[in-house]
Amino acid sequence: MLDRTADNVARATPEPLAKKIRGISDKGLAWLFISPTILLLLAINIFPLFWAIYLSFTNFRANRPNEAVKNLGLANYQRILGDQDIWIAMQTTAHFVFWTILLQTVIGFTLAWLIDRKFRGHAFWTTIILVPMMLSPAVVGNFWRFLYEPQIGLFSYVVSFVTGIPPTNVQMLSNVELAPWAIIIVDTWMWTPYVMLICLAGLRSIPEYIYEAAEVDRASNWRQFWSITLPMALPFIMLAVLFRGIENFKMFDMVNLLTGGGPGSTTEVASITLKRQAFESWRTGYSSAFAIILFVAVFGLANIYVKALNKVKQR
Amino acid sequence: MNRSVATKRSSWPVWARRGLMENIATAIIAIGFLMLFQPFALSLYTYSFVTMLAGTVMFIIVSKFPE
Repeated sequence: MLDRTADNVARATPEPLAKKIRGISDKGLAWLFISPTILLLLAINIFPLFWAIYLSFTNFRANRPNEAVKNLGLANYQRILGDQDIWIAMQTTAHFVFWTILLQTVIGFTLAWLIDRKFRGHAFWTTIILVPMMLSPAVVGNFWRFLYEPQIGLFSYVVSFVTGIPPTNVQMLSNVELAPWAIIIVDTWMWTPYVMLICLAGLRSIPEYIYEAAEVDRASNWRQFWSITLPMALPFIMLAVLFRGIENFKMFDMVNLLTGGGPGSTTEVASITLKRQAFESWRTGYSSAFAIILFVAVFGLANIYVKALNKVKQR
Repeated sequence: MNRSVATKRSSWPVWARRGLMENIATAIIAIGFLMLFQPFALSLYTYSFVTMLAGTVMFIIVSKFPE
């Protein structure tokens, strides 16, 4: 049946095209099939990257496309790398990335370890835990705004119930001290299931006979955890840290929806600064240089983690 | 049935092997990354990008070196 279909397709091919295809080698045919993907990648990934690199050396402004573009050399880079405000935005990003990754990894691994116990109804709870990850960041941002509302927000009432502070005083999004933590809480709530899923895959890949051998050797549960579970799940944990690290480093949507970088600039992470420079101040060349700096940082980070991951795998 | 196996010695210098050079490149990237995010000195932040870029370029080059 399949042969007949293939035969019909072959017969339907116009003769000049069929003649051409017959002359193409297997390698040529492979290139022919992947070339649309390569062209698409070049058009939407590689070309914009090189264009951004070019713009980073100019004073180009996207809102004044007809203005003459002047080559500034390394001036944009020098300005960014001497700018105190951007330095502070980098520190805010580092604070955000550090705490989200730490909390997500600890909570995610603990949840994965508990789910791996295979208790009654573990499949149901796995599905429930995964729900936040499946939601759109725009939806999550909006409903957490409601939850954080001092007047009507459930979060404020829970905090008030536990601490005794009046709910109107729990101003998570407008308090300078609390606003960064409000974003960290939401990001942790949303992405811990993702870390849990990767850790669970790691825990499920550990062969049962290793634990049986440890039982024979009378190793305690604690010893089994430190000598078997953690080392064997480590490549997976590191993979989760890598993915979340890169994602959180360029985090934009949640911060923009929850605080928009405020109050003041306390939650102004690098991506928010970049957006302000690019689409509010319209300094396209300057913001391109900033984007290239962030790109190099993420690229370098990815190299370190891939190397560390290979090292752990070789053990 | 002992067959002598001829081992081909690489002429590539030992100090320039991939493992060692990758470690150096990784260390440079890590230092650059810490310089970018540290809250102590603006001058360290200023030179962080050059350090990271040098480390990344070095990593790309040395990852093609023989083991």
